[in-house]
Amino acid sequence: MTRRYDAMFAACREEGRGAFGAFLMIGDPDLGASEAMIEAAIAGGADMLELGIPFSDPVADGPVIQAAACRALGAGTTPSKCLEVIATIRARHPDIPIGILTYANIAVARGVGQFAGELAKAGVDSLLLADIPSLEAAPFAAAIRAAGIAPVLIAAPNTPDQALAAIARLAGGYTYCVARKGVTGAKDDMELDHTRLFERLAALGAPPPVLGFGIGTAAQVRASLDAGAAGVISGSAIVAAAAKSGDHAVAVERVVEDLASATKSKRAPRQAQACAN
Amino acid sequence: MLMQTRFGDFGGAFVPEILLPALEQLEAAFLDAQSDPAFAAELEHLLTTYAGRPTPLTRCRNLGSEKVRLYLKREDLLHGGAHKTNQVLAQALLAKRMGKLRLIAETGAGQHGVATAMAGALMGLETRIYMGAEDVARQQLNVFRMELMGAEVVPVESGGRTLKDAVNEALRDWTASFEDTHYLLGTVAGPHPFPTLVRDFQKVIGKEAREQMLAMESRLPDAVVACVGGGSNAIGIFTEFVPDAEVALIGCEAGGDGKGRDGATIGHGKPGILHGAHTMLMQDEDGQVVDSHSVSAGLDYPAVGPEHAHLAATGRATYVPVTDREALDAFRTLARREGIIPAFESAHAVAHALKLADQAEREGKELVLLVNLSGRGDKDMAQAQALLGGGA
Repeated sequence: MTRRYDAMFAACREEGRGAFGAFLMIGDPDLGASEAMIEAAIAGGADMLELGIPFSDPVADGPVIQAAACRALGAGTTPSKCLEVIATIRARHPDIPIGILTYANIAVARGVGQFAGELAKAGVDSLLLADIPSLEAAPFAAAIRAAGIAPVLIAAPNTPDQALAAIARLAGGYTYCVARKGVTGAKDDMELDHTRLFERLAALGAPPPVLGFGIGTAAQVRASLDAGAAGVISGSAIVAAAAKSGDHAVAVERVVEDLASATKSKRAPRQAQACAN
Repeated sequence: MLMQTRFGDFGGAFVPEILLPALEQLEAAFLDAQSDPAFAAELEHLLTTYAGRPTPLTRCRNLGSEKVRLYLKREDLLHGGAHKTNQVLAQALLAKRMGKLRLIAETGAGQHGVATAMAGALMGLETRIYMGAEDVARQQLNVFRMELMGAEVVPVESGGRTLKDAVNEALRDWTASFEDTHYLLGTVAGPHPFPTLVRDFQKVIGKEAREQMLAMESRLPDAVVACVGGGSNAIGIFTEFVPDAEVALIGCEAGGDGKGRDGATIGHGKPGILHGAHTMLMQDEDGQVVDSHSVSAGLDYPAVGPEHAHLAATGRATYVPVTDREALDAFRTLARREGIIPAFESAHAVAHALKLADQAEREGKELVLLVNLSGRGDKDMAQAQALLGGGA
């Protein structure tokens, strides 16, 4: 179930760099345009895709992603239409890992198992529900796994050991680590201590840590990878650039190229350095 | 979590992972406070000397008859003008206990915002209130009240720009600010421990009312009637009566225009997850939350406290829709006949009680009803004037 993620992380390791994940909201500003933007992200060098299915009440998202969800819903985007876009992308790109990020009620409304099954059929590799924390994750993770895709869970530097152990046990594909407190959105503060979080996750045998929430510059990408992340996900910076530009796809490709190229200057992983000492 | 987080199938803590430690800290502080006599004493002191508890139980003098007797639990007489004050004072004390410096809260009509601003002023806590931009425009007087007491009112421009969106924004603030900020949630909704904590600080309403009823009637009421938006005043008056199987518990939801534009979450919703809880939810077939509608901003909410969803599922309480029109009629009736102007929210409960009273009169039955008059109508004057006309 984590075949594509495993292969992608292995390839990145071999190239001595971190993975770059691009987040885009399906249906923003409409289905056709978002499909072109997803293609542009791949062309720009994204190693993995994190695609949003819009929800009416995105409490984990900042203004940029909220506005994207709003535009997508306004354009009549539904989960069924999102599945069609995903299947189209998957048919053209058999190897790129595709994760879905949405909220619990979208899954619950269809039935979590049914929803995950439909995602699997469309070619999705993982599902992250932003409002399902470790405490509530067990039945969701089981239903998602049973459908043959990986449940991705969020870990934060303030997550206590016991919860982190549950995340390590339940999650698959990668571990979504949050770069800072608060909601999604590119900002210049990465205040939380990640190295310690990455070390704790590694000790628990959790899936590879990928850092997201607030990563929008090449410098932040480099800092995240230097701190020990296996990859980064950038969303608001890409979505904001696209929304501002007359040609969404061109803007997406440019931002993704810029951010993805920053993954190539990764230093040796800190743990390896520690071992060498 | 140390406590039970669910009410049957409902409840839980469906929040972004980063908020879980904040909820655990709040639960721990709540448990610690519950076993601390000094906390209970300080709260009791505030409730009696600042808020005005106990509130009276009033038997309607002109509505009803010898056989059909209507009692009103007068939360409208509490400082702040509604039951909100009970639990806001308690949570503000908890915030101080946790060493928080700042309060944030959501508000619809502004009653919870006003109560939180009051507590912030009293306790010396910086206070920020999130309020839908639509509600800010409709409730200018309450915005001014909050600002007068030193709170910052932030209009929320996202979504339908009402209560649901204000909750979203407060949650977003909290995910970044929980270290020094307490989210003073206004009702028995949201993630654990809020539904339990708010209930425990509101159940004083039913505790007093049950004793007062026994003193005045030497019997329990046939039914307890309360309006339900998120459901804190209803849980507050129901809880003490839950073990009294012979007492019917009736929640009155916003029936809106009676043609499908409403806020009758239990009546017309289905289970789902919003604002941290698995509960009854007004949503479309894809799980998108739909906007609710009600003449009363306090009932204009597309979800409901999870314990109400549970009480409905088990049949211990029943929930009925009351339309805008019925509520406005009851609003006018109570003003004219008893000299009491209820909040539009509470008027929903009065309307249903009057309906039950009429039926009992027609059937010649004895009936004793206890209605939670959860708030007073001052805040609704401008809207009432517009809806009913100057002549009322």
